[in-house]
Amino acid sequence: MSIILDSKIPSGPLAQKWSSHKSNIKVVNPANKRKYDVIVVGTGLAGASASASLAELGYNVKTFCVQDSPRRAHSIAAQGGINAAKNYMNDGDSVYRLFYDTIKGGDYRSREANVHRLAECSAGIIDQCVAQGVPFAREYSGELANRSFGGTQVSRTFYARGQTGQQLLIGAYQAMMRQVELGRVKLHARTEMLDLVLVNGKARGIITRDLTTGEITRHAAHTVILATGGYGRIFYLSTNAWNSNCTAIWQAHKRGAAFSNPCFTQIHPTCIPVSGDHQSKLTLMSESLRNDGRVWTPKRKEDIKKDPSTIKEEDRDYYLERKYPSFGNLVPRDIASRAAKEACDAGLGVGTGRAVYLDFRDAIKRDGEKTVADKYGNLFDMYSKIVDENPYQSPMKIYPAVHYTMGGLWVDYNLMSNIPGLHVLGEANFSDHGANRLGASALMQGLCDGYFVIPYTIGDYLASQSFEKVDTNHPEFKASEEFVNAKIGALLKNNSKATKTTTEYFRELGLTIWDHVGMSRNETGLKQAITKIQNLRNEFWENLKIGSTSSEVNKNLELASKVADFLELGELMARDALMRKESCGGHFREESQSPDGEALRDDANYSFVSAWEFKGVDKEPVLHKEPLIYENIKIATRSYK
Amino acid sequence: MSTHEQSMTLNLKVWKQKGPKDSGHFEMVTAKNIIKEMSFLEMLDVVNEDLIKLGKEPIEFDSDCREGICGTCGIVINGQAHGPWKATTTCQLHMRAFNDGDTVILEPWRAKAFPVLKDLVVDRSSFDRIIASGGYTSAKTGPHPDGNAMLIPKPIADRAFDAAACIGCGACVAACPNASASLFTGAKITHLMMTPQGQAERERRVVSMVDRMDQEGFGSCTNIGECRAACPKDISLDSIAIMKREYMNAFLKSDIEQREVREDA
Repeated sequence: MSIILDSKIPSGPLAQKWSSHKSNIKVVNPANKRKYDVIVVGTGLAGASASASLAELGYNVKTFCVQDSPRRAHSIAAQGGINAAKNYMNDGDSVYRLFYDTIKGGDYRSREANVHRLAECSAGIIDQCVAQGVPFAREYSGELANRSFGGTQVSRTFYARGQTGQQLLIGAYQAMMRQVELGRVKLHARTEMLDLVLVNGKARGIITRDLTTGEITRHAAHTVILATGGYGRIFYLSTNAWNSNCTAIWQAHKRGAAFSNPCFTQIHPTCIPVSGDHQSKLTLMSESLRNDGRVWTPKRKEDIKKDPSTIKEEDRDYYLERKYPSFGNLVPRDIASRAAKEACDAGLGVGTGRAVYLDFRDAIKRDGEKTVADKYGNLFDMYSKIVDENPYQSPMKIYPAVHYTMGGLWVDYNLMSNIPGLHVLGEANFSDHGANRLGASALMQGLCDGYFVIPYTIGDYLASQSFEKVDTNHPEFKASEEFVNAKIGALLKNNSKATKTTTEYFRELGLTIWDHVGMSRNETGLKQAITKIQNLRNEFWENLKIGSTSSEVNKNLELASKVADFLELGELMARDALMRKESCGGHFREESQSPDGEALRDDANYSFVSAWEFKGVDKEPVLHKEPLIYENIKIATRSYK
Repeated sequence: MSTHEQSMTLNLKVWKQKGPKDSGHFEMVTAKNIIKEMSFLEMLDVVNEDLIKLGKEPIEFDSDCREGICGTCGIVINGQAHGPWKATTTCQLHMRAFNDGDTVILEPWRAKAFPVLKDLVVDRSSFDRIIASGGYTSAKTGPHPDGNAMLIPKPIADRAFDAAACIGCGACVAACPNASASLFTGAKITHLMMTPQGQAERERRVVSMVDRMDQEGFGSCTNIGECRAACPKDISLDSIAIMKREYMNAFLKSDIEQREVREDA
């Protein structure tokens, strides 16, 4: 199967594309909707909102998640907020400004039409969530409160203390559980998708493993939606959840779905620094903290071990405010992360040497401790539990960590991959954030895709197809099931004599990716990474000790299956980064920087979305390109100075 | 940074159970090279790596976000759900809470409505079924009035949020001598009854959720308050009082409505 990339962007003026597309696409009549089976994998913001919305429309929905409850999907951990172009603050916000900020923030590597639709739908998301009873932060007037996030000069971020993702997810989860009760969603928790089944080139089902009983099951449907999140966990240490993984999208890729921009990963500037080898994950401190917190390091190396409260104002370098006066501490994430790395590389890092200060002293002096606690209380508590220091009294120590992946499966304007019938939503697709995502935009995209895009576009797909009758006895299902059983068998085959554990491989892979495909990349390092990952992968299949061989609850087997896929994806990330010789957004190629060390784009040669075609585990993938055409925005050098 | 001198050895007395039908038993496991900076779950990661290398079965436990918000983890540690720290999930409990040589007892959440799947892993899908029975507003996806069309005074929004902060971990059930789910159910009822959007289904919701809670095999609330003491999110006991009051109101109101229907007939 050769890959054809047709983005299917509707014609007409940008601001009318979505509304005219909605009016022109086919719909399935209400009585016929119940004849269609839809599989949704993942129950984060995108998956839960899609499941609820499609079931309300009348489709038969089967929903799957790896967690023990759909309410625990990792969207729950999003802290800071969700953007929407409501202009409640009367500060000049508009759909166009949100669109423009997002394109610019993504360093001109995302699709105009998709991003404009996202901005258009943003206001409706807030209304939807309010109707669900989501307890957003309010002013004393009773009106919704807003705050600022990085990369924008307006306040358009809605929030629920530092737990916005939790509140939005619970809203979507509750709407979905209502449909479960009504029998329109069949829920399979603690169930992992291990393969995608194609029949005559169309996505027609999945193979799953029940994580309690180990049972392998075939599920057939008319269309499959993947909303399985990003792959940031490949770094081992990240802010992603323990169970976050790439298996569903990677398996779809191996079955023919193009993988776009895999090297576009987001390193979040404000996380609690690494404290030792035992660590299993890193914890984010919300970007919203940069509204009031000031980032600095000592100016002189001899001060780095000093008690920060004794360092005088003139001996502190508030480097973001110095370098980027118009955005200050609220520059986009990629820029803030690189600046922190530069400071630490220059020997000015504090604590372990890989940390900078995020200081609330001035905000507490200005607004009082109570106001600060009201805004960020839960984040301060979390910080003091982990670090055993009081951030009201001494500045937080923070360092960048992997947080989000902009890359993902290629999708067209209808959120369908190049495999007919395979739709991809939320972080799992590549579509809206280009080379860098702005803060508070992930929640917006997840809910936009699930509530307001897929309910329309899926009808167009279903109504325009003639479906042959396919059930789970079809030979393709049998072949897929055999593939899955073979993978599990291969993982367990050397267990008794092997000596190296899953975690050891995972750590080694993560470190390789962090060192060579992390905050800055160069040709030599990327080539090394490819060889290292290939060798590690070969070793993995020869010498893997899982521990338990139980076919029932076996979390080390689950982890090994994920690591096996990360060991393949890692190579593709390095290949993508090697191919893209420019710097853009979070992808910083050391060979391509301006005299003052900023990312230097090469629009003449790299203004495209990469879309990789899988050719076999040990074969070179084939690069396809979707050119990025800007009709409405003048491409410029991104400046936050 | 930690140094080797600070490392501790702990004696873990761990509940091992093959599956829901196995009766289960305690086993002693030594936790070596533990440092104070580790979280409780990272300590278990270290123990499991050692067990795997020795060719022994690792200890199965649930975890996901490891930052205290998803509600996946949950271990009864020395008799306390989520361990000794107040308002803290197991994943956020750090090993500085323990001393070298301590014996630490690890048990799963124990409740009829939370069957043990293996070792420290339990099935909490009964919580999902309580939510499914009425823990929502029936607002469908689509256009709705502007978010500011209905004002919600800040103190009310804050109280709704306080109740909505529940992470559904089940510590309240594990801590309760009756294995009651009243704090969990009450929190959702309180969250939604506080908001104007939750009013339309207020009576229906409380009756349905309370009935479902009973059907799932949770015990009754006898106002002991252990749930609140174990709650990692500090959910107030007021939510249980609110639930009981709401249930009584709804019950009386439905009785009155039914009587009116009878009288009309």
